[in-house]
Amino acid sequence: MKEMKRYSLTLTVNNETHALVTPPNRTLLEVLRDDLQLTGTKEGCGEGACGYCTVLVDGQPVRSCLTLAVAMEGRKITTIEGLAQGGKLHPIQAAFVEHHAIQCGFCSPGMILTSYALLNNNPTPTEAEIRRAIAGNVCRCTGYAKIVKAVQSLAGEER
Amino acid sequence: MTRFEYHKPHTIKEAIGLMESLENAKFIAGGTDVMVLIKRKKIAPAHLISLRNINDFSSIDIGDGLQIGGGVTHSDIVANEFIQKRYSALTDAAGKVGSRQIRNVATVSGNICNAAPSADTACPLLVLDADVKIAGPKGERQIPLDDFFLGAGRVDLGPGEVVTGFHLPPFGLNTGSAYIKHTRRQAMDLPMVGIAVRVTIRIGGSEIGCKDAFCTIDSISNILRRLEDEELRCEDVRIAMGVVAPRPVRTRKAEAALRGKVISEALFEEIAEIAAAEAQPRDSIRGEAWYRREMVKVLTKRAILISVDRVLRPDDMI
Repeated sequence: MKEMKRYSLTLTVNNETHALVTPPNRTLLEVLRDDLQLTGTKEGCGEGACGYCTVLVDGQPVRSCLTLAVAMEGRKITTIEGLAQGGKLHPIQAAFVEHHAIQCGFCSPGMILTSYALLNNNPTPTEAEIRRAIAGNVCRCTGYAKIVKAVQSLAGEER
Repeated sequence: MTRFEYHKPHTIKEAIGLMESLENAKFIAGGTDVMVLIKRKKIAPAHLISLRNINDFSSIDIGDGLQIGGGVTHSDIVANEFIQKRYSALTDAAGKVGSRQIRNVATVSGNICNAAPSADTACPLLVLDADVKIAGPKGERQIPLDDFFLGAGRVDLGPGEVVTGFHLPPFGLNTGSAYIKHTRRQAMDLPMVGIAVRVTIRIGGSEIGCKDAFCTIDSISNILRRLEDEELRCEDVRIAMGVVAPRPVRTRKAEAALRGKVISEALFEEIAEIAAAEAQPRDSIRGEAWYRREMVKVLTKRAILISVDRVLRPDDMI
């Protein structure tokens, strides 16, 4: 098979721009983890069902495992590494720690980013709204109650 | 992942030109279906033609009804208050597809072109009399959605053709619609039955206004009983069913039995029986045929009641 064309790509991740050269058949998840070493974003099912690979694109949560990196030119990507500022946890991350909402930790990056997008959009979500928002993020430790509590603790607070 | 080239046209014309000139090419929009098919090695396109960069492709325009662009996502639909009010069934469905992360990128056109018997937006668009707008090498055409579905996963798209959006006619304040998705769990599931209904109602020839009786938290069944003397008449109706046939289908016998009649809960029960008899569900992993048929009955009645309720008690009236 003939050599695949490589594409020049500028990715903006956590407010930093990265110039990359990549074949087109790579997902955003692969480029984040393998090229940019941003391994906070996890791969679970790899086909859009589990939510572990969630990142924010222009502030909205998407599945990075179903997103081609070449489609992300000009978009603003936020990963879990982009939340903490100056070595200080983001209030959502702190709330997850405070409320023991992290067990094995594998779902946490996706859960936190999905919650972050929810709270930006709706600063005072009800429990039902929180549960609906994170419905696409699986926690196989089943620690949902504490995750919901952590998000609820921020409802109405300044972020 | 299989190897492919990636193309980013900025116009539909350019996209169609690429599709004509390239061997083994596939359009990709949100990618939530196409990427899964590629990863599972069900398809191996040599070229992906992205529709993400098409200019003016993601607009929702009001005027002469509703125009939904080919790049409009499920989240775009959910966020649109006009659709929520006037085309409620579509909002009901779009908000229940996949997860938030999927809805943010998955397009309604993609949901329709994928043509799964369970496609959530299909039944609402059928009852809302949507036309599919198609562009291709031979120009543009517009056909009713009902004619677009040919079977499971099969649609009326010729070589090089692409769906550029949908047109829905305008409906007055005396029209209400609803979609009910019946699932085993509340999120991240395909429906085992999906029912969409649109009804247009007339009260003794006059327009419906706010009456104190409607502005209550009473059930719609009780309100209908109280309004028995008003002779609320069903002027027009559509009922569509998902997952009960190889493609989303309208139940024309049930529609005909309701059209023009004075409405009552008892009549809705008869209509629901007819719909259930018309349904052809199969046993599958999500539910057995007898159960699905039973649920068609329950949900058809419920969806009609919700649609009627939305006419009599629109959200901004309460």
